[in-house]
Amino acid sequence: MSTESLRIVWIYPDLLSTYGDRGNALILARRAQRRGMPVEVLEVRSDQRLPATADIYLIGGGEDGPQALGAQRLLADGGLHRAVAQGSVVFGVCAGYQLLGTSFFAKGTRCAGLELLDISSDRGPTRAVGELAGEVDPRLGLPPLSGFENHGGRTHLGPGVAPLARVTAGVGNDGATEGAWRGKLLGTYSHGPALARNPALADLLLRWATGIHQLPPLDDTWADRMRNERRAAVAAAARP
Amino acid sequence: MPLRAKVASSVSRTAGALSRAAGRGDGSVIGGWIGLKIDPDLLAHLSNGRAIALVSGTNGKTTTTRLCAAAVGVLGRVATNSFGANMPTGHTSALARAGSTPYAVLEVDEHYLAQVLEATEPHVVALLNLSRDQLDRAKEVAMMAQLWRAALIRHPQVRVVANADDPMVVWAATPPADPARGVHPPHVTWFSAGQRWHDDSWVCPECGSTIQRSGEQWWCSGCPLRRPEPQWTVEDDGVIDPTGAWHKVTLQLPGKVNVGNAATALAVAAEFGVRPVDAVSRLGSVTSVAGRYAQVDRDGRNIRLLLAKNPASWLEAFDMADVAPTLLSINARDPDGLDTSWLFDVDFSPLRGRQVLITGDRAYDLAVRLDVNDVPFQHVRDFDDAVRAVPPGRLEVIANYTAFQDIRAELDRVN
Repeated sequence: MSTESLRIVWIYPDLLSTYGDRGNALILARRAQRRGMPVEVLEVRSDQRLPATADIYLIGGGEDGPQALGAQRLLADGGLHRAVAQGSVVFGVCAGYQLLGTSFFAKGTRCAGLELLDISSDRGPTRAVGELAGEVDPRLGLPPLSGFENHGGRTHLGPGVAPLARVTAGVGNDGATEGAWRGKLLGTYSHGPALARNPALADLLLRWATGIHQLPPLDDTWADRMRNERRAAVAAAARP
Repeated sequence: MPLRAKVASSVSRTAGALSRAAGRGDGSVIGGWIGLKIDPDLLAHLSNGRAIALVSGTNGKTTTTRLCAAAVGVLGRVATNSFGANMPTGHTSALARAGSTPYAVLEVDEHYLAQVLEATEPHVVALLNLSRDQLDRAKEVAMMAQLWRAALIRHPQVRVVANADDPMVVWAATPPADPARGVHPPHVTWFSAGQRWHDDSWVCPECGSTIQRSGEQWWCSGCPLRRPEPQWTVEDDGVIDPTGAWHKVTLQLPGKVNVGNAATALAVAAEFGVRPVDAVSRLGSVTSVAGRYAQVDRDGRNIRLLLAKNPASWLEAFDMADVAPTLLSINARDPDGLDTSWLFDVDFSPLRGRQVLITGDRAYDLAVRLDVNDVPFQHVRDFDDAVRAVPPGRLEVIANYTAFQDIRAELDRVN
């Protein structure tokens, strides 16, 4: 960790906070605090400089206009690139995932991304709306991904990244794979409070940020029940 | 009215009555659906000869519609879709059922505003607010503002009553004049009803710059868009009209938000020539609205129903609710939106210190949210268990749409 407390930056909540994105900052902070880690959450608006010394950066979802604007400002600011170079963790959701790549489509034009992940996004034939589930890359050692997706994009992965998951329900990147990761950078189409649905993924980000390989377990009774309920609902919907 | 429209209207009324008699619902949609099948222009025919107000926005439209109907009622009989059936089928049913009335006040789902403007050619349209609501099926806020703006450009003769506190509404209501193309902005009367929820209007819909706020003022940092000076405002428990006169508002509905809705209703009625001094006492006749705010006594508990469908309306519900045991019920069926992500846009901390019970199809999503919000809670199987779990006295019930309807059904479809 950079300092004595874990620093979490929520990037541009004024632009990129469409539907419950705040949840990811809340979940990370709470899971760290419950293990006795002091936590600082900074909400950095798009008219502010991005500090380059935080441990975890969160980028949420957004409409086309705010997404394009967010990417422009992050490129001009440069803080996120410096942070990544120093080994910070980045977690991007939906529009925030797309803009980590080389390019994405917004308002009918191709926009330059941050080039932090080897992905590029364009428009799909239909909007992907609904439950999203997948088997996570075994190297990450996580239980199945669970989420809700709501996006019109399709994302193509280059050789510089690995898919986060193999899709078992929903669309994700292209109907086959979902999300992408490289080093300590990870993105997903599981939108909004993705870490509330996937507490093990939250813990993975905390392990990356702290270097602590064994985090003390937490009581996840309610999250487990929610995940079981969602898994059953997805299975029921898939039955003919 | 053409013969086809007369037949359609009559069949529509009969179908609505049959549906109610069969206990299949309020009959507020089926009649209109059948009527529109027979005569697709039925809504336009039924609107003919009536002076109409439309009320649209993400939140508060059912209650505001009821208040507007009460206020306009000073002048004569008013047709209204008071069951919250707010799409063209509901409007058609309401007008057919009401027969010939000089006035109508119609609540309009925000997605249908353009279509209903076209069909009904209203005298007034009231624009309340736009905020995130069921994103998996609804339009994003900026897109909705764009649709409203385009619709108003096509209807320059309509008088607009709009919320000065919501940047998205202000932008939608003020398309720039373009006389060369025959575009004339509509006449707008501004009201200020307050806005607790700001998270959907940090980005200027005109230029993409940041919206700045200070107190009740807001302005764009990059273009001239800013809060217009409202003619109608709320002060304490009353409404100040454009002449500066203050009118005490005594409502049977809770919360500051409803005083704001009353201001809107008085502003709408004024567009028909109703003096606020004549209308204000009628607002107190409005009690619960399609079950919203209804109170029911059961087993020594006084149960009050509050509907909260999206983040902005949850904030208002916490403001209205008494400090008392509170049941929260969350579903995510089609009418609710299938996505519960918005739970993380709501700060539930006002509930700390109250006995909190949770239920509904998606109670576990809510449990995870409350857990991280440090709000202790107890999960109960259903509404009956909740009633048994609280001591005699007030039980506040806050629920989203279908969860609310489920509980309302348990209470014999209380209105």
